[in-house]
Amino acid sequence: MTSPIAWDGPEGNVLPVVTAPATVLSTVGDEVDPADPAVVQLAADLVATMRVSPGCVGLAAPQVGVGVQLFAVDVTGHAKAATTHGTFVLCNAKVIEASRWKAGREGCMSVPDLTGDVKRAGRVVVVATLPGTGEEVTVTTDAFEARALQHEIDHCAGKLFLDRVAGAHAIYQRKVYL
Amino acid sequence: MHELAITVIGPDRTGIVADVAEALAGVGANLTDSTMTRLRGHFTMTLICTGPSVVDARQALSALSGVVIEVREVSPESDKSDKGEPYVVSVHGADRLGIVAAVTRVVAAAGGNITDLSTRLTGALYVLIAEVDLPAGAADELAERLAVAAAELGVEVTLRRAESEIL
Repeated sequence: MTSPIAWDGPEGNVLPVVTAPATVLSTVGDEVDPADPAVVQLAADLVATMRVSPGCVGLAAPQVGVGVQLFAVDVTGHAKAATTHGTFVLCNAKVIEASRWKAGREGCMSVPDLTGDVKRAGRVVVVATLPGTGEEVTVTTDAFEARALQHEIDHCAGKLFLDRVAGAHAIYQRKVYL
Repeated sequence: MHELAITVIGPDRTGIVADVAEALAGVGANLTDSTMTRLRGHFTMTLICTGPSVVDARQALSALSGVVIEVREVSPESDKSDKGEPYVVSVHGADRLGIVAAVTRVVAAAGGNITDLSTRLTGALYVLIAEVDLPAGAADELAERLAVAAAELGVEVTLRRAESEIL
């Protein structure tokens, strides 16, 4: 069954991913107009870039150098995923409910050499709009998809997982490259 | 009963922890608190142990080649309680001279005691994470002062309460 929020927009272009300490990663993103054709194109580009990046389950606009509130997620097939909505892109997303807090190890394409232990909600309700139609949606999810959403919403707010790590010994040199 | 503080630093190699621990066990040293890690390829170990004299511990470790060893007698811990409210400071940004000095000075000026700290330099990115015990009510002003210091350094900083669950 296709998810009601699944991405079915145009083919996008693969964009270069920027890495910390790029300023755009620490800048609060502007809200976007989901009906703007440039936003739909950027949404497509985020999906295309995510798909060619091994192990990538989410990519936010600031990671391709654009400081706006737009991100793509796809945790399909991930071992830690429970609920999944396939590939989707959200504009101006906000967490309105969060519960079941749990620590987990996170990495980020924009911080390629480090991972860190971050506490995130294991269940979230997120409100957002879909690029193109501008339809308002409420996404309720859990487990790994909930973590991915929170990670990407943080990117849109200019935050990295480094801003949320649990303590002085909760960051690690990344050893596994996919 | 002697209480000793020991540091061991040298090139990392397989078995170095076992060699240190075995040498100390051989002279009756009971390892209490210890930490070890690898920093840019250098093995580093800091530990507190009880049992042997400084001379015996130093002699036991002298068989290890290629490492720098420091052994000194310390006074037993007088007050075990950590005072203050626990917070975590995260700093990340482009590497430049003086980030640790500036950030920790601001924390100290607010009466904050740094209880743990680590830094990593990966490529151009410098990351500092510190755990801090703060006096009650000091967090808001410290957050403002850290923001000013971070802006001057051109780095990002966050201060947040360290969470702990009692189960």
